[in-house]
Amino acid sequence: MDLDDTPEQAAYRAQVRSWLDEHKAEAPILAGPGAIEDEDEIVAARRAWQGKLAEGGLAGVTWPKEYGGQGLGPIEQVICNQEISRAKVPGILDAIGVGMLGPTIIAHGSEEQKSRYLGAMLHGDEVWCQLFSEPAAGSDLAAVQTRARQQDDGSWRLTGQKVWTTNAQFASYGLLLARTDADVPKHKGLTMFVVPIDAEGVTVRGLRQISGEAEFNEVFFDDVALDEGAVVGGVGNGWGTGLTTLMFERVTIGLGSEGMGYNSTRFAGAIAADAHARRDPEVRHRLGEIASELLAVRFTGYRTLTALQKGQIPGPEAGLAKVTIVKGAINAGDLIADVLGPDALSEDSEWAYMISFLPGLKSAGGTEEILKNTVGERVLGLPPEPRLDKGIPFSELRSKEGAAV
Amino acid sequence: MNLALSDEQVFLREAARGALSRFKTLEAAREALDGNASALPDLWPTAREAGWPGLLIDEAHGGAGLDAFDAMLVLGECGRVLAGIPLLGHLPATAVLSDAPSAAELMADLATGERRAAYLPAQPPSELDERWSADPASGLKRPPLPTAGAPGEDGRVPVTGSFAFVPDAPGADTLVGVALSDGRPVGIAILADAPGVTIEPVSRYDATRSLGHVALTDAPAVVLDAPEASLAAAWYLAQALIAAESLGSVETALDVSVAYAKERFTFGRAIGSYQAIKHALTEVLRQLENGRSLLYHAGWARTGAPNEFALAASAARSVGGRALDEAARTMISVHGGIGATWEHDAPLYFRRAQLSRRLLGGTGQATDRVAGELIAQAA
Repeated sequence: MDLDDTPEQAAYRAQVRSWLDEHKAEAPILAGPGAIEDEDEIVAARRAWQGKLAEGGLAGVTWPKEYGGQGLGPIEQVICNQEISRAKVPGILDAIGVGMLGPTIIAHGSEEQKSRYLGAMLHGDEVWCQLFSEPAAGSDLAAVQTRARQQDDGSWRLTGQKVWTTNAQFASYGLLLARTDADVPKHKGLTMFVVPIDAEGVTVRGLRQISGEAEFNEVFFDDVALDEGAVVGGVGNGWGTGLTTLMFERVTIGLGSEGMGYNSTRFAGAIAADAHARRDPEVRHRLGEIASELLAVRFTGYRTLTALQKGQIPGPEAGLAKVTIVKGAINAGDLIADVLGPDALSEDSEWAYMISFLPGLKSAGGTEEILKNTVGERVLGLPPEPRLDKGIPFSELRSKEGAAV
Repeated sequence: MNLALSDEQVFLREAARGALSRFKTLEAAREALDGNASALPDLWPTAREAGWPGLLIDEAHGGAGLDAFDAMLVLGECGRVLAGIPLLGHLPATAVLSDAPSAAELMADLATGERRAAYLPAQPPSELDERWSADPASGLKRPPLPTAGAPGEDGRVPVTGSFAFVPDAPGADTLVGVALSDGRPVGIAILADAPGVTIEPVSRYDATRSLGHVALTDAPAVVLDAPEASLAAAWYLAQALIAAESLGSVETALDVSVAYAKERFTFGRAIGSYQAIKHALTEVLRQLENGRSLLYHAGWARTGAPNEFALAASAARSVGGRALDEAARTMISVHGGIGATWEHDAPLYFRRAQLSRRLLGGTGQATDRVAGELIAQAA
């Protein structure tokens, strides 16, 4: 057991650090004095910065070399993330594309798709979004209703709605899960597509949340035309292709959890700044409970990393770290607001934004309830809840649901 | 970066599980609660045979030369079956003695377990309170440490004061701890049979846990030339060890509860299929996994990053203590009424949880220490 870098890892760290030392002056400033304010300018500057990171080998660290990556392991990815954070510069803009969607295309896409999309994705020339969840398909993702119908010439027509789509407002492409056959059980009639966001019939609308900001979008598809080559991983194989994306999502969460900024050091800093609070037994007890669990998440991440290094795929228990992070951050927001009083809730307070963001985050990337079901069944081996949808064609299921309401 | 167990560590854990499986520790725990203390097996010979007394003593002095994480693996196995082996007292004591060159000649007998030591718990100062303190016999006020007087002709110092609820004190040969000499903390070692030493065995709620109130009246102590950092590290080692032991108990409580949730049916379904039960058990697993991660941190930090050890061990204790509380209560409720009966094992884990969280400063002190360490870092 060892938490220190091996000589090879230390050499890699030094290499990343020296690149960052040389180039960090070129990074966009997103907070504090001199920060860019205009949304469009921020996106343009972050795309350009992602391009520089990619040229320097600091994006797509784990991607194979043939697709512009570094062909390195998860440990190097973590070292790279740590150094970017240490240099206080932004990371890549398109973490969803590079972290989850690109690897899905690498695993399931055609050679044509790989050469067309991956390079532009990696360099930030084309940003991607994930078009999976729908208003009536979240925890039960295989219930998606967005419908793709194949035409006589082999092309497709797409109609439906997606939701919770990060980055759609400036994305070039989306990876979309659609129903292509409603007459088979729901997991079987799904297909994955690449959808150009500027295609005719695509509408992106910001979805404002508790804070008033729109972190997500709704995306509507009205008879959008897609050519035959838009299918990723084969017709009817959408569920398996989507599971690959979700597996990379778990890896991304497992390795980057601290990057969300919900860590014990930050929260303790807010308490330490108040001379009375830092001596108050109740405040200290609440902080201690929150901080000890958040501290655990860092080492759970290292355990995940150890498993990845040994070639094992992180299991659903990595999802428990997300439960801990959200719980810890919610409790920390409550504690800090109790200490600071109403000022913590003022418009420009970092805590107000966090407090507003967290109730929704509890459901993001799988609701807490569905995560606990999955862990209970797959890790503890508890029997599943009885299901009423097994083996029933999707169209029949829908009419049953309709009749039940 | 590598948090995997080595082959040797896997072997150590499996060997401990195998050795302890030869005893009916749970039955003995119940019988002892009924007043038959002699039912508790003497597990010290087993510990000696396995080399556990010398885990933290270097090889040159007859020990195994291993580190805190290895000791935590053994304590975890003890916790799984509620085995009462006096390692919680012995191991931190040997850690202090190992850092005192003058104690070298004691080490061989302590490493083989021929002689047994007990650690007198002394909580180091925090960023709020610059005093060292001992555990109180009752109430919240933490008493100051015993004081050491001027050395006599034989070089020994007379120590006067008391320590309450000292783990594994009854039957120990040597007591090792901290006293104040002119207001400064010094390491001390006292023979348990020396004049001025009384050890009153006490038993509270969990008969598997041997405790003693130690009173010292001008008891002759050898002053140890261990550095102050080593005296503080012993407290945190004890925190990490009781955390590991607690998490071992959580493992069993969870395993037994999950097995029952699979085989007990209501309304035509196994109860484990209901979300109410499934989520309660998953919550125990979440706390267990958090605790395990912190054991890795603490196990590594003791020698790998000593300035993080106070935080790491306190966090492990805080999470481990709370996890056992949750696991024991969940174990009882998942089993329904039967889980609260005398014949069931769940009450034994519940009793262990209740007592453990109040020893060695209690989980509350550890939780406060986590906050204190982070606040001090932020300043």
